[in-house]
Amino acid sequence: MTAAATQSSSQSSPAQAPPLLDIKDVTVSFDGFKAINGLNFQVGDRGLRVIIGPNGAGKTTFLDVITGKVQPTEGKALFKGKDIKSMPEHAIARLGIGRKFQTPRVYLNLTPRENLELSCNRVKTVWHTLFKPTPKAEARTVGGLLQTIGLTANAHTPAALPSLVEKQWLEIGMLVAQSPDLLLVDEPVAGLTDEETERTGDLLLSLAESHGVIVIEHDMEFVRQIAQQNKVTVLHEGSVLCEGTMDEIQNDPRVIKVYLGDPDAI
Amino acid sequence: MSDMTTETSGTETPGITAKAEQSGLAKRWELLIVVAITLIFLFLVPAFISGFRLGLLGRFLSLAIVALGIDLIWGFTGLLSLGHGIFFALGGYAIAMNLQLNTLPEGAIPDFFSLYGVSQLPWFWQPCYSSGFSPVAIFLIPSIIAGLLGYLVFRNRIRGVYFSILTQAALVVFFNFFNGQQKLINGTNGLKTNTTELFGMSVGGNVMQFYFYCATVVFLALAYLLCRWLTSGRFGRMLIAIRDDENRVRFSGYDPTAFKVLVFAVSGGIAGIAGALYTVQSGIVSPQYMSIAFSIEMVIWVAVGGRASLVGAIVGALVVNWGKTLLSEQYPDIWLFFQGALFLIVVTVLPDGIIGWFRYRAKDDLRSLFGKPPVVATYPRLEVDETVRQEADLYGKTQPVDPTTSTAPIKSGENS
Repeated sequence: MTAAATQSSSQSSPAQAPPLLDIKDVTVSFDGFKAINGLNFQVGDRGLRVIIGPNGAGKTTFLDVITGKVQPTEGKALFKGKDIKSMPEHAIARLGIGRKFQTPRVYLNLTPRENLELSCNRVKTVWHTLFKPTPKAEARTVGGLLQTIGLTANAHTPAALPSLVEKQWLEIGMLVAQSPDLLLVDEPVAGLTDEETERTGDLLLSLAESHGVIVIEHDMEFVRQIAQQNKVTVLHEGSVLCEGTMDEIQNDPRVIKVYLGDPDAI
Repeated sequence: MSDMTTETSGTETPGITAKAEQSGLAKRWELLIVVAITLIFLFLVPAFISGFRLGLLGRFLSLAIVALGIDLIWGFTGLLSLGHGIFFALGGYAIAMNLQLNTLPEGAIPDFFSLYGVSQLPWFWQPCYSSGFSPVAIFLIPSIIAGLLGYLVFRNRIRGVYFSILTQAALVVFFNFFNGQQKLINGTNGLKTNTTELFGMSVGGNVMQFYFYCATVVFLALAYLLCRWLTSGRFGRMLIAIRDDENRVRFSGYDPTAFKVLVFAVSGGIAGIAGALYTVQSGIVSPQYMSIAFSIEMVIWVAVGGRASLVGAIVGALVVNWGKTLLSEQYPDIWLFFQGALFLIVVTVLPDGIIGWFRYRAKDDLRSLFGKPPVVATYPRLEVDETVRQEADLYGKTQPVDPTTSTAPIKSGENS
């Protein structure tokens, strides 16, 4: 199974350039329980990848490994060819990996503008944050982002007030402000209405044109919207069960067995 | 009034209104007010109150300085330190030894050393001979110790209540050390300053005490401006972000440890200055400054005044200490009950402290006194809400309709 996963991912990335993210045989075990078990995974510079999997498949742990929250017990995690296995979270974030959490985590006592400005700050040292004012270019970027996420009118009220969808978008905006090369998005549409879900999907697709985007999602309707021609990876019990387009996944008997159960559900 | 509406925006929004970005003009006004208040305390207040009261006020103002330091780390950064007595006392010891050494003739050492058979000044006191060293030391030494302690604690991601317990443990360690070292620092007796001299004048004398009062006022203003500067810009928003969600900060690419170490060191340094000023005005520094109760009291001043409000920290320190003095004079037997009651009131009725109440709830509470319904904040504000705008256009009005004056039935406390 491991071999199959490696094979399928090597097809997608050109042979000369290293993939943006390369996870090799990563195992994470918590007191003997293997949340991730010999996982192999690759994504390129651009494009969107959806990860699905039943509860407990190790999806969130997988994101934790990439962002440095959890250190893999075994294996290698390479980002732009660099080993990020033992780097602290903030160093990985500076390297170009941004993460959006399942429940929106914005700073509620700061305004949307301040939220975005903190993320947009290019030099994140104490010295720079303390002594340098926000550069004009960053202020412009923030202004543009506020426009995109539709919070311009409420840019100066605390971020505790906006609705769930606005917070979700604000957090995505913060992610973009950080200008990472790889965006990790954990269940971005949980709790959103259909229309909001669709708009969020469009936003993610447009982001995928210039960034690598990994989306973890449960909502099959939404997965179908954003997957389109993009690859979908199915995780099961901490390893990659299979990868392919949505159609292939839907018709894979193993997937149907472990995840979808009933083929009519999808 | 224009933001009255029929819909409420939930309970978590007391008084949160649109906050315009602070302009340069507002900053200039604030500076002007700070300078004005400083001048009032320097020139007007001494003319109206007695020397004894002025001495008390000077001591309380120096306690207000340490309250500012506590507010900086607790109110803004979410680090509840129960060990600020360490830094407070270190500042006091630094200035006390400097004063003692400078009063004595060349080569002599303070009396207490001879009691314990010490004939040579311990090496770590040597720099205190220099009168240039001490003013730096009262800020720098507490800062460095706070920075080191902070680095060890924050690097290991010790947070919340564990951090508080650790600071208190550190406090106990320092207390016992200072209490036990008779030969080095005169142990439990502490160091006296009121018998020493500075610039040829007695430190305990009226003239010198007045100068110390003035110095305290100036330092309080400077400490306020420093904290204000730290908390108002991008750095300040970073502190709030760390307080609210430290892990999120990491994923945004910031290292919270560095920010916390810096702000803890600054807070320690401010406490050191406060300790030095308090020491020269009360005439003695002793390990009692490192008692657990005193460090907890510091936190209480900030809680009473209002967390995350620098003015609140100052007000809290002054109100609690002044109240304590007045009550203990009037009711020497039962004043502790008043103190206890005050803290109960703050916890139950004024969770945001005095300034917090003014900031968030005063308007509504006063309105309800006159039987008026509370002002309801809406999100989004009526001015920017599209539906409201359309309706307003429809009715040919440029301003949103005030529902309290319209005839439409609305659900509120007042039936107009």
